[in-house]
Amino acid sequence: MSSDGRKPRIAVFKFASCDGCQLSLLDAEDELLAVAGAVDIAYFPEASRRMEKGPYDIVLVEGSITTHHDAEAIQRIRRQAKTLVTIGACATAGGIQALRNWHDTAEWVRLVYAKPDFISTLKTSTPVAEHVPVDFELRGCPINKHQLLELIAATLAGRKPNIPAYSLCIECKRRGNTCVMVAAGTPCLGPVTQAGCGAICPSMRRGCYGCFGPMESANAPSLASQFRVLGASREEVDRAFRSYNGWSWPFRRVFEEAPKP
Amino acid sequence: MTPADSAPALRPGVNKIEVPVLARVEGEGELHIKTKSGKILDLKLRIPEPPRLFEGFLRGRHFMEVPDITARICGICPIAYQMSSIHALERALGVQVHPSVRALRRLFYCGEWIESHVLHIFFLHLPDFLGCQDAFEVAAKNADAVRMALRLKKLGNEIVRVMGGREIHPVSACVGGFWRAPRREELEALVPELEWALDASLQAVSLTASLEFPDFEQDYEFVALSHPEEYALNEGRIVSSRGLDIDAAQFEEHSIEQHVKHSNALHSVMRERGSYMVGPLARFNLNFAQLTGKARQAAAQAGLVPPVRNPFRSIVVRAVETVFAVEEALRIIAAYEPPPAPRLEVRPAPGAGAAATEAPRGLLYHRYAVDENGLITEARIVPPTAQNLRRIEEDLWGYVPKLLSLDNDQIAWRAEMAVRNYDPCISCATHFLKLRREDV
Repeated sequence: MSSDGRKPRIAVFKFASCDGCQLSLLDAEDELLAVAGAVDIAYFPEASRRMEKGPYDIVLVEGSITTHHDAEAIQRIRRQAKTLVTIGACATAGGIQALRNWHDTAEWVRLVYAKPDFISTLKTSTPVAEHVPVDFELRGCPINKHQLLELIAATLAGRKPNIPAYSLCIECKRRGNTCVMVAAGTPCLGPVTQAGCGAICPSMRRGCYGCFGPMESANAPSLASQFRVLGASREEVDRAFRSYNGWSWPFRRVFEEAPKP
Repeated sequence: MTPADSAPALRPGVNKIEVPVLARVEGEGELHIKTKSGKILDLKLRIPEPPRLFEGFLRGRHFMEVPDITARICGICPIAYQMSSIHALERALGVQVHPSVRALRRLFYCGEWIESHVLHIFFLHLPDFLGCQDAFEVAAKNADAVRMALRLKKLGNEIVRVMGGREIHPVSACVGGFWRAPRREELEALVPELEWALDASLQAVSLTASLEFPDFEQDYEFVALSHPEEYALNEGRIVSSRGLDIDAAQFEEHSIEQHVKHSNALHSVMRERGSYMVGPLARFNLNFAQLTGKARQAAAQAGLVPPVRNPFRSIVVRAVETVFAVEEALRIIAAYEPPPAPRLEVRPAPGAGAAATEAPRGLLYHRYAVDENGLITEARIVPPTAQNLRRIEEDLWGYVPKLLSLDNDQIAWRAEMAVRNYDPCISCATHFLKLRREDV
């Protein structure tokens, strides 16, 4: 509760995304009613018709910025937000749709849509932090619902959220997995990816595909060279890093700094 | 308050009803209705959700990456996107999976159906019937019902988590099978909760059947996947209530996009016929005979006799399908033998293939072409909401005139409720839908 005795007001906004990260809040089945009791859910269109105007204490933003309209809207939303938190790979890194950033977007629009002139879209898909200051970025495609609850609780309590920025390898070792890269030679993004998913891919004997984005001080080009040693082609290495968090700078370094063949 | 029945006098002049943000749907939609002297002048369901261009960037990706990428089209029904893409690619590459893998795919889908249907019934649709803004208000009146819904939804998610590692964008399904097949004990651990869920989902049927439904029926063409031996999820022919009976490979010859006058959005229509409906009502009406026993009984007790033509009753049909998904999950788990290998190693080869599966919201069609290196050269995706969009607007053209004696807030609310009959997933639909241009 804030100093004037009212419940903190929470709002959820979305841009280009799949809705999965905001769904994580509704997927917190055991905690949902408690959360709804502790805060005032002032704006959350996916869940409620009640849509109240700002200002809000916490604003959760899902999705990347891909249109002029959205680039303006995020400015207005920032002004309404005491604390603005971006949730998920779209909002924190541009998402899978940021693959357009290396392509001729107009060509893809023509490919997907019969009447391309009806489509108003920017040439790029960019993270929210490229447009406005962001107070905290919650990683993942999708985010981990327990991390989301921790983040809301910490923000309400005025403390720093306890969300580790170390690599997936730590989670993987804790689960007792045999390393897929060392034992089976399977390319795995785990060494440069932030923990948070529970190392679910290596637990199924497949390589991590990096959906939580780069860990703190990731050295992706070094891991990329190791993939080449394991026999991956340059194109395969590129594709591995160019996915859900491909626009994040630590991953972009792999193909933007690599010497041309 | 509820969509109430107070009836102020008809207003003269042009009356505009605007719903700038459509609530309790997945994604962003807007509704604009313009009326004059008791007639609709214009009605548009507008889609401002930005396009994400999936069919564009899938080109050049390896086929093994596709199910993980297409999952990201929709956070509510990622398994549907994984299943349709996997089946289409397996047809392109000539892959036949083991019967145990086939059964696991059905179980995986049952988990998603339970989670998605319960979310829609209790959190997105029921509040309208009870005059509540959201499920939190419903919980204040009937906490037990919402707690039961949360527990049911959690079970659906738990099936997905056990098999796929996490609820949203699970990581186990792949072309050729699964990266990992669950052990018998892991699935058997779900049985006690599934047995509880059988009772709970039957309660959901009686609860939804006791609601009051607007008196509104339409003459729909229902379209769904159909299989002679089972309630179709992953496999079957695409059939309709007007005689369509085709393989998925022929889908694009029959379902075409049409540019209609009253809207700049392109809508799917059946060639030479018009709009059609996919989703729970279509499946129920076309595949009633294949429903499991308790689901059929529950439908009978709820007074549902196919063909059900009142779209508002889709909330009851979703509850009946939840009973089905629980029964089917129990049946699959009881018979489960892990496959000899969780997945087949699939070699790249040039080819093309199409497939459709039943997403919770209806038929989801995918088609791909692959080159000799296994890279995608062409991708086409037709989501259920894109197919229903024309039909949703036609429902509104039929339904809104019945509401014109109400005040604008009430008209807007009831029209929204009619849109929510379709559980529209606008995030899915927009990588395909045309954006409407504001022409004055």
